[in-house]
Amino acid sequence: MTTTTVPTQDAGPGSDNDSAGKDGTPTGSTSTTGGPTGTDPRSGERHRRNVNPKRVAGYAVLILFAAIYLYPFLIQIATSFKSDPEAASHPLSLIPNPFDLSAWKRMFGLTSDTSVPITTWLGNSLLVTVVITTSRVFLDSLAGYALSRLHFKGRRLMFTVLLAVMSVPGVVLLVPKFLIVTYLGIFDTYAAMLLPLLVDAAGIFIMKQFFDSVSVSIEEAARMDGASVFRTFWSVVLPMARPSLITLTILSFQGSWNEFTHFLVVTQSPELKTMITGLAGLASGELGSGTQFPLKMGAALLTTIPVAVIFFALQRHFIRGGNEGGEKG
Amino acid sequence: MAKRRTSIHGREGIAGWVFTAPAMIILGIFLFVPIVMALWVSMTNWTGNVDPFGGGPNAAFVGPDNYTALFLQDGLARSNFMQSLGNTFYYVLLVVPLQTATSLLLALIVNEKFLRGKSFFRTAFYFPSVTSSIAISTVFLFLFSNTGAVNGFLKLLGIDGPEWFSDSRGLLHMFFGLFGAGDNPAWGQGEIFGRSLWDWLSGPSVAMCVIIVLAVWTTTGTFMLMFLAALQDLPVEVDEAAMLDGVSPWQKLRLVTIPMLKPALFLVITLGIIGTWQVFDQIYVMGKGQPAGTTMTPAFLSYKTSFTSNGWGSGAAIAFVIFLIIVILTGIQRRMMREDKPAGRLRGAASRARLAQSESATATVDLAHTNSGTGPQS
Repeated sequence: MTTTTVPTQDAGPGSDNDSAGKDGTPTGSTSTTGGPTGTDPRSGERHRRNVNPKRVAGYAVLILFAAIYLYPFLIQIATSFKSDPEAASHPLSLIPNPFDLSAWKRMFGLTSDTSVPITTWLGNSLLVTVVITTSRVFLDSLAGYALSRLHFKGRRLMFTVLLAVMSVPGVVLLVPKFLIVTYLGIFDTYAAMLLPLLVDAAGIFIMKQFFDSVSVSIEEAARMDGASVFRTFWSVVLPMARPSLITLTILSFQGSWNEFTHFLVVTQSPELKTMITGLAGLASGELGSGTQFPLKMGAALLTTIPVAVIFFALQRHFIRGGNEGGEKG
Repeated sequence: MAKRRTSIHGREGIAGWVFTAPAMIILGIFLFVPIVMALWVSMTNWTGNVDPFGGGPNAAFVGPDNYTALFLQDGLARSNFMQSLGNTFYYVLLVVPLQTATSLLLALIVNEKFLRGKSFFRTAFYFPSVTSSIAISTVFLFLFSNTGAVNGFLKLLGIDGPEWFSDSRGLLHMFFGLFGAGDNPAWGQGEIFGRSLWDWLSGPSVAMCVIIVLAVWTTTGTFMLMFLAALQDLPVEVDEAAMLDGVSPWQKLRLVTIPMLKPALFLVITLGIIGTWQVFDQIYVMGKGQPAGTTMTPAFLSYKTSFTSNGWGSGAAIAFVIFLIIVILTGIQRRMMREDKPAGRLRGAASRARLAQSESATATVDLAHTNSGTGPQS
């Protein structure tokens, strides 16, 4: 990697910290490669000297777009604390007046209206996310390792099948998924929700690519010492694969928490609704009449929070990977 | 030595099968087999209440009838399908250029070295891509409601906003109306695939425009990251040479940067086109194809035909038509990417983008694309 690519990226967060206090990622500031302000004394001077019209225009565009991208989320938060009439009469206001908790009370069952059983949805979402993420991290890396390292008959064919399976778009699978769970007699059960999602082809592919990129020497030494294949995998290979496992965990978490179409076609009972399928029903007007916007915004906010937490906590994995992602491609 | 190697390989052989077995069994049972089942169903008239493989009047084999009904026979199946194709056509026509231009613009600005706070902006632009499409659609449902934020904003400007979600008027129809073309004029009577020329030329409906705005808004961050990756790959020497030659920034952008971004542009455009064939979640939340079928997409039509109208054969046939279209588009993309031989990060982005097609949410892919490279350096 050339040095020029570094300042804009890795040093970016570090040198940006003062102006963009929001995203002080610790790793950014530890970067020693030197941002534009760090190594080049002239650049700081230049910044002070001119009010560069190009800079002003650049900031103007960025701030305008940041407003367009963030304002909807702010409105969402504010609206969830408004009353129904206020949401309609002051849709743009970010300060609820009066501050109204009825949407939140209703969601958490503190009123007599139980049409939006959000705790059930949350429980189901939590269950599917934990089970699917755990299973995917384990099974995907197991299969990815085998496809990358182990020599066995049918490996090449399996990989070809995997690539083929990966290119099937989700929207094509609605009818097939319904057919198979009905055929197996598990329609509208947790089994139907969980079993088909326990592995995913994309995750196996990511892990295979990762194992392709690391040297075999360490694990070969372990195996020559007589460790079994699984033991080598478990105690030697997996610990080395930590960064990829984090990636896979993020992906699986986000994928299973946000999953919609699969749960839509394999379940129908209200008890099996997740945050996403529940919210989709609520938003499309299946539950109760009236616009109920504060309630809908609150429920949408609840579905956004876990992914947002992961996103902001692990942001450096997102962004750093974004710039260095392809080198092994 | 030779003996030892054989034994290790023998062990490996068994381990290989054991390690891959859970994944292969699950993918086989829940992906491969069901696709074959659905292919069979797409050639039956299954109504949903009997065994789909049992034959009989409600699950009879009808050959390619469901497919020909979509293209060649007059009827509801074709008129619905053709309307969804028309909707998708306008959707592609607006979403792809808008998201490409916006993401390129943002990437170029965020990539400027003299700007501060870029990680904040990058985060702001990317965040919508990782959140649930259902949650975001719900927010947009409020923003564009009759008394919502957008109409509230328009009112500040003295404009009476439309009833976004119930307005089925096509933009082009409204435009023709300005020139006095009445409803369904004589020149628009010719039929193409059973749909009148006038209907084909409707343009996106007002309701569809909301979904277009939503799509651009959610995908821009992802594509911005792809452009950023490509910009990082550009050789510095070119930049310096251009600077020494004294070209203006605009000339540099037009004559140097954009031509060198060609592979990235191609990737973003094809991914954008592929993505538009998979629009489903947004339609489910925002009116399920209403008003007057003007927001119906092929993907949602496949679902509705099967699950709501019990036309399972026809619904499955639509799914396979979408499948075929996406396979062709992906094939074109892979071939072009191979010819262009993009270097480094972008090729990584491309290979990861391939993952996109296996997930309904594009965001997921981008996570993959943004992450899978983190491994080796620690």
